[in-house]
This record gives sequence, structure tokens and C-alpha cells, in this order.
Amino acid sequence: MKYDVAVIGGGPAGLAAAIKASEGGASVLLIEREARLGGILKQCIHDGFGVVRFGEKLSGPEYAYRFIERLKAANVQVSLFSFVTSAVKLSDTYKITYVCKDGVKYAECSKIILATGCRERTRNGISIHGDRCAGVYTAGAAQNLVNILGVMPGKRIVILGSGDIGLIMARRLTLEGAKVVGVYEAKSTPSGLTRNIHQCLHDFDIPLYLSKTVTRVFGQSRLEKVEISDVDERMRSIAGTEQLVDCDCLVLAVGLIPENELARTLNVPLNKATKGATVDQNCQTLVDGIYACGNALHVNDLVDYVSESGEIAGAHVTLQKTERNLLPITTEGKLLYVVPQMLDTNSDFGNVVMYFRASEELTNQRLTVTACGETIFSKTYAKLLPPEMERITVDFGKARALGELTVRLEDK
Amino acid sequence: MELVCIVCPNGCRLDVEQRDGRVFVVGNKCKRGADFATAELTNPMRSVTSLVKTTVRGYPVISVKTDGEIPKSKIFQLMKLCDEITVSQPLPIGSVVASGVLGTDVNLVTTTNMEIANE
Repeated sequence: MKYDVAVIGGGPAGLAAAIKASEGGASVLLIEREARLGGILKQCIHDGFGVVRFGEKLSGPEYAYRFIERLKAANVQVSLFSFVTSAVKLSDTYKITYVCKDGVKYAECSKIILATGCRERTRNGISIHGDRCAGVYTAGAAQNLVNILGVMPGKRIVILGSGDIGLIMARRLTLEGAKVVGVYEAKSTPSGLTRNIHQCLHDFDIPLYLSKTVTRVFGQSRLEKVEISDVDERMRSIAGTEQLVDCDCLVLAVGLIPENELARTLNVPLNKATKGATVDQNCQTLVDGIYACGNALHVNDLVDYVSESGEIAGAHVTLQKTERNLLPITTEGKLLYVVPQMLDTNSDFGNVVMYFRASEELTNQRLTVTACGETIFSKTYAKLLPPEMERITVDFGKARALGELTVRLEDK
Repeated sequence: MELVCIVCPNGCRLDVEQRDGRVFVVGNKCKRGADFATAELTNPMRSVTSLVKTTVRGYPVISVKTDGEIPKSKIFQLMKLCDEITVSQPLPIGSVVASGVLGTDVNLVTTTNMEIANE
């Protein structure tokens, strides 16, 4: 079959991208690995989704439902239980091979939108030594067990990582009757949104231990205890500070990494800071016709922005292919990253949506965007935290000349 | 005292002061922050999301939420109530599975759409 666009991944980014592309007149194939659309939202049963977009607090499945209903009305071919095994470039199209219930299938498309989300860092990714016992889960795996399958991963639980997922799982497991012994964080500051520290930990008297990490696990067949060590400011464990904590389950909420296996096979250049593709303001990667959005592009903390980037990609795929003129957007100061990293001056650059994160906790900052030294955008921030992504819209049309583009964060 | 508003992901940092039986709030970006701070000092309320079990194929459990806020002190009573509910047929999203829970006017409604086969 031939399509204008293949969207890979049926989570919030892919749903938004497929809807937008279809509304723009493109024929769209949406490929989803699981039985149902919605991606990780299916298991995120807590509320707080959609405040930016809908002005109300929805649970994950409710947020997904709104897009799934719109997708039904759109002319999108959805292939569930389908896994893309390869994508290769032909002369001016891409050939996608995917495995589904009918066997191996092929589709040809002129553009691909990668909406493959992200993966969790595992025990191996953070080098926790010790026995290879059962009872060590990533937070997403534990969340799937509890919220989709209705199975508890343990009774006495240690959570490593104070990101939002770790905090939300601490509350969820407590509500379902488990004892959460504590949430441990290697950094000296919590990683999740402050409101989650309050409503997930404080509300249930779950202790949060900072500058501590799990260094070893013990257990014959099932996890019996973990070794906790203090860490220094460079996150190295300090010898002599070890203490043992009894537990039958360790939940690892130690970070997310954009999923870009397919992007790599398509030779899409990735960005070191975001671990996602380098893109222009239309979410198009440096490879013509390949787009990346959502958590595959960079790990977001609000789903509203995941959908937004899907829509940006979905809107642009319906436009005629044009020769691009890409200018790099460089960053200065304490910025972890800025997305997009490129500006295509041959396409619309009037209201460019940009996302950024500070590299450390900062107060009284000024963010400026300059073009050839001329300031075209400036905003001040009383407080910036790395876990809280910021969004701005910049009108590059204001610039007298588009040459050297810089985003700078400095003390006010 | 300092509070963090949990109404939305903005997470406004609130400076709250109680004087002459009234609550004064600074730092809230919207009115909901002031309401939150007042309730937090007098009668803290929470929306709760959880699960109920089902006998529908492919859905061992489905997600539910309170369609309003209940007193924070009643959260574990609500969890017990959730334990006692079994859904035995596919329900559209937003179906009430328990009404007027724990003496409030709040209902427990489903947040998962069970229309689609899940296997």
C-alpha cells in the first residue's frame, strides 16, 4: 500500500500527528505496537493531563480518548499489534516493513513521522550490582502491572528516583496497600514537579531521601534487601555509608531515553543533549521527509506539549516538499537544551514554538533569543528548574537579518 | 506558611497566612490557588484516581476517578470501596460505578473506554 505519511507510534504524539496530517489532506498509516491506541497514557491513570490544552485535569486514558475519538473521524488507516522492523529509503519514498497479526507487511510512504516515545533506563543502565533476583522493576513496568493487569509487584517497596513517575508510583502502590519504605534520589534536589512531592509523598507520609542511591541488591530468588549508599555531589557513592533496607520490590524511576532505534537505521542525526533527533521548527529531522515528535524527540513533562509537537509535525507533512535552508540555533549559558536546534528559513518562521530546560536550579534569569546580535525575544524567569520544561514562541520574522541564531540564558 | 498548589502542573508556590480567621494567599497565578490554600488549612480535599476490577475479557482492571473532590481523610475508605466493586460488562468511558460515595455528592466514574477488544 502507498501512503503520503506513515506515523510510527500511536501514543499522544502519534495520535496528534496522524489527526493533523489527515485533516491536512494526507493519506495516513498509523502503526501501533499494542492492542489499543494511547501509548503510555493508558497506564497513567492519575489526573493532571490536559490542563494546558483543555483547561481541565484529565486522567491519562481520558486524555488519550479525546484524540482517539478524533482519529476515528479522520481518514487514518490504523494498524494495531504492529511492529516496524525496518524502514529504508527508496528513490523518493520510504519502504516500511512491519510485522502484524497477518504476518509481514510492507507500506510505501513519502514521509515518516517518528512518534516512538521513550524507554526507561534499567538496572543495567545505572550499574546496580548484586544478585539477579526477581522483584526489580522499572517504574513503567510496575505501573503496567498495577494499572493494566491489576497485579501488585511487591508488598514492601523501595523506589529509586524522585522524578514524576517515581513519585506517582509511590502514591499508587501505597493506595493499593503496599508499604513504600522510601523514595531515594541520588541528586541533592528532587527531580519531579513540586506539586507531586506534595500530593504523592507528603499526603501519605512517604519519606524522601536525597543524595542517596541503591548500590547493591540482595536476594536468593526474590529480592530481600537493598544496599543504600550516600553519594557525593558528583553522584559517586561514598564508601562506608552503606545501610541495608529490607524490601521485596525495587522500583527504578531513573530516567527516560528517547527511543530512536529506527531513526538510527535511517541515519537521522541525533542530539547529545536531548538524545532525540536534531530538528527544525517543523519537527523535521536533518533527513528530508523524516519527522520526530513527542518523547522520541525529547522527554517532555507535560503531555500537552507532546501533542503539540505531534501537531507541528503533522501539519508540516502535508505541505509540498521544498529545499530547506537550515540555520543552527546555538545555546549559551546554563541551558540543558533547546528544541528545535535548527531554523528552516525557507518555511514559515513567524511563530516558532521552542522548548527549553535550564541545566540547574536558577533564580532571576533572562532568556534572550538573538539573530545576528539583534534581540528578537526576551523573557525573565523568577525561578527555573531542570525538571520543569519551559515553552516560548518566538517570531523570527522580527529579525532584520537571519544569520547567527542564539538562545542565551543569563542572570537578570 | 508555604504551600505548593496541586491544582494544576504549574505548581504555584503559595505564601499562606492565617489572620483573624481569614486566609491570605500570595503567589497564586489563578483563583483556584487561593481556594486550594483555604481548603488546605481548613478541610483538605483531593480528587482520587484508582482502579476497579472487571470480569470483562482483556480488562482485569479499569481506571476510575472521583468526579469531584473528597476529604483527604477519606481516601483509604474510598480505596476499600473500590476493592468491593466489580464491573461485569463493557462500560463506556465516564460510566458511574458508585454514586454519592462516602456520604458526599461525589461519584466514582470510569476513565477507560472498554469498547475495544484488548487482546
